[in-house]
Amino acid sequence: MRLEKRSQSSTLALALAPVGAVIFTLIVCSLLVLWAGAPVGQAYALLLKGGFGSVFALSETLTRAIPLMLTGLAATVAFKARLFNIGAEGQLYVGALAAVAVGGLHDGTGWALPPALLFVLMMLAAALAGALLLLGPALMKARLGVDEVVTTLLLNFIVLLFVSMMLDGPMKDPLAMGWPQSVALLDDLTLGKLIAQTRVHTGLLWGGALAVGLWALMKFTVLGFNIRAVGANARAAAFAGVPVTRTVVLVAMLSGALAGLAGAIEVAGRTGYLTLDMSPGYGYTGIVIAMLAGLHPLGAVAASIFVAGVLVGADSMSRVIGVPTYIADVIVAASLISVLVATLLTQYRARWK
Amino acid sequence: MTTTVLKLANISKRFGTLLANDDISLQLQAGEVLALLGENGAGKSTLVSILFGHYTADSGHIEAFGHALPPGDPKAALAAGIGMVHQHFTLADNLSVLDNVMMGSEALWQPFTRRREARAKLLAVAKQFGLGVDPGAKIGGLSVGERQRVEILKALYRGARILILDEPTAVLTPQESEALFDVLEQMVKQGLSIIFISHKLGEVLRVSHRVAVLRGGKLVAEAAAKDTTQGQLAQWMVGHAISAPQRRPAPNVGVSVCELHAVSTAHGRDRLNKASLALHAGEIVAIAGVSGNGQAALAELLCGMRHATEGRVQFMGQPMPNDPAQLTAMGIARIPEDRHAVGLIGDLPVWENAVSERLCSPVFSRYSWVRRRAARDYAERVIKAFDVRGSGAASPARSLSGGNMQKLILGRALLHPGHDDGTTTHTVPRLIIAHQPTWGLDIGAVEYVQGQLIAARDAGAAVLLISDDLDEVLTLGDRVAVMHAGHLGTARPALDWSREAIGLAMAGVAAEHDDQHGVRTHPARTLDEALPA
Repeated sequence: MRLEKRSQSSTLALALAPVGAVIFTLIVCSLLVLWAGAPVGQAYALLLKGGFGSVFALSETLTRAIPLMLTGLAATVAFKARLFNIGAEGQLYVGALAAVAVGGLHDGTGWALPPALLFVLMMLAAALAGALLLLGPALMKARLGVDEVVTTLLLNFIVLLFVSMMLDGPMKDPLAMGWPQSVALLDDLTLGKLIAQTRVHTGLLWGGALAVGLWALMKFTVLGFNIRAVGANARAAAFAGVPVTRTVVLVAMLSGALAGLAGAIEVAGRTGYLTLDMSPGYGYTGIVIAMLAGLHPLGAVAASIFVAGVLVGADSMSRVIGVPTYIADVIVAASLISVLVATLLTQYRARWK
Repeated sequence: MTTTVLKLANISKRFGTLLANDDISLQLQAGEVLALLGENGAGKSTLVSILFGHYTADSGHIEAFGHALPPGDPKAALAAGIGMVHQHFTLADNLSVLDNVMMGSEALWQPFTRRREARAKLLAVAKQFGLGVDPGAKIGGLSVGERQRVEILKALYRGARILILDEPTAVLTPQESEALFDVLEQMVKQGLSIIFISHKLGEVLRVSHRVAVLRGGKLVAEAAAKDTTQGQLAQWMVGHAISAPQRRPAPNVGVSVCELHAVSTAHGRDRLNKASLALHAGEIVAIAGVSGNGQAALAELLCGMRHATEGRVQFMGQPMPNDPAQLTAMGIARIPEDRHAVGLIGDLPVWENAVSERLCSPVFSRYSWVRRRAARDYAERVIKAFDVRGSGAASPARSLSGGNMQKLILGRALLHPGHDDGTTTHTVPRLIIAHQPTWGLDIGAVEYVQGQLIAARDAGAAVLLISDDLDEVLTLGDRVAVMHAGHLGTARPALDWSREAIGLAMAGVAAEHDDQHGVRTHPARTLDEALPA
């Protein structure tokens, strides 16, 4: 078999590729459901119902989608400039840590500042912490050619150990009965609920607004052009006068800040304090979201809701018919591969010899 | 008494909507040089790739030495005695000639290599065809002409009886080309057959017995070389009569615009070594030389992509800045050597590429917000004024053909956004750096690009033209200088140069002459002494 470049890709094919990929994924994964001894139709119906079938299901899906949206945007902007930031998980945790450090109840009280100002400071601190964490790897890549995949990935472990140290030491909540968890956030700083009686919070609006903002930045500004130019062809970008190093550094700050905000919003919107199991790999799933969305900021919103829906739906499916929840991870991973192959096939034609 | 060694029958190949080869039938006789002539995109490479098994034809079949050649199988092509010498060599620099020739010709499970036998065989083949080489020499230390010889030997060593040469003279000096032609003559005398791919008319007539002309995927003409002329071939190739560009003297040479004073750059083999040069308004200075002798360093230096480690570069009497955006703003138009990798960003649309160099100027952005309307208007103007054909300003630059890419680059460099058809202010760049501006373009596009450079010169621009193509250097250059091993000779009026003199300077003969006398002077100054007056 070999691949031949298509002279042009049809718009219809481009639009249908993700849909076809998801259908293909579900067919492939049905084999696993059968293997687990459950009826395929019922399993998928339960998954759909559990993810999107009721107000409660939808609210849970959206709650889960919020951190994914932000880490997805973090991966989108970085990958657009070919800065492969695998460290969103760590940036999310330092963001959450910074948020608690600024807005937490230290010694039973918070900083004596107006809540609105404190809220802004908290968000800025989280964004800055995430940004600074990615600055080092970005500079090492730009100046010394050090592979950022390695440095950002390894930083995740360092950060997790550092957070663990803080949660067992200086930032440990004395009232937590020995659990390694941080002090709670000031009540005034928590995000409001979007729908009463559910967990979905105004972080969703933050995610949506940041997605639109990032989309506008990429499309309408000089920085957006520079980012796309550096990602598409760094040599040609440099020839045209794009400051490549500065652009890569700015992208790193932006990406790290988005991941840091994901951590702060998760603390302020859902948990109220920081624990080491706050994120079940949101930083890594953000990469999947960005790829599923074809590195489009608005697509990242849709992709994060899809992935969150599968994860939440699989929980409820597994409770009813006993198919392991790991099926959700398989579906997400398989749909990523399918979407990548489908996108490839819109650009290339497979020829069988 | 001739025997047909290779027979291509009704070969067709389609890529999407493009019919790359349309029912092509060709025959090759033993002891014959067949030239395959055609512009870029005429289907030469596709045809050869089908012959060599890299592509499978949609229809048609191939016979070599009377046996059908299985389609899509390069190994079968090799076994049938078809050898290919690519334009870009496939040699390992850090290995010896013998290693390179043997590479891949021995079975993996063979316990010991048979170097002695291989060496004897190589020397025998070399002697038979008059290709002198030292089997122990490292490829890295050989000249381009010698490397090409190794490539040819590699094919012959594997028993090639049919040799395909893809644009073999593109990287050679005129003298090296002549040496290659002698070797080819030797080979056909011994019964080998050669397919010679080229778009240079003169050498096609010089070397081949028969010429086949491709145009738009079709075989449009076949003629014996002795029965045809360059004009006739050119007409077949393009489809209409063409006029070769005529040299026209510069009407008004003005003040010095850009000066290099003993400039050197770092960076390995391709570097500048104490180069001095002055570029005047209204004049084209052409730099000749075999590529890889420092031309890239010179071009990148003046395009703001490389620093000088020694010496001074001045523009309009001031030190020249090292920032592309600033250079563009100061009126320096830059045409890079590699339009795909450096000139354009293929994935971005044509209109963004049209403004990429000037995006930060107030014309195209305000408060770092892109003025999309102005940018698209400008792109439309470039497309119209420079006849960039493609599917519009919104399509990716990648979708343009090579010629149209070059027109886009030329257009954005030459058309000032402040240009108004009514006035002549701001219209012409002060300095144009054109590095291989016509490389790989078809005749029509070459003519267009050269015409634009001459027009810009006549309007008062200083032009630096760096080219591998001697014809281009001699037709366009008002003054010509030769580069060899990083040394830039003195630029002297084009009419003072003969082809032979340029060829010798390109080969560095004058520079060697220098060294023998232990005098460190400009190569071109001693070139006068090296050549009979």
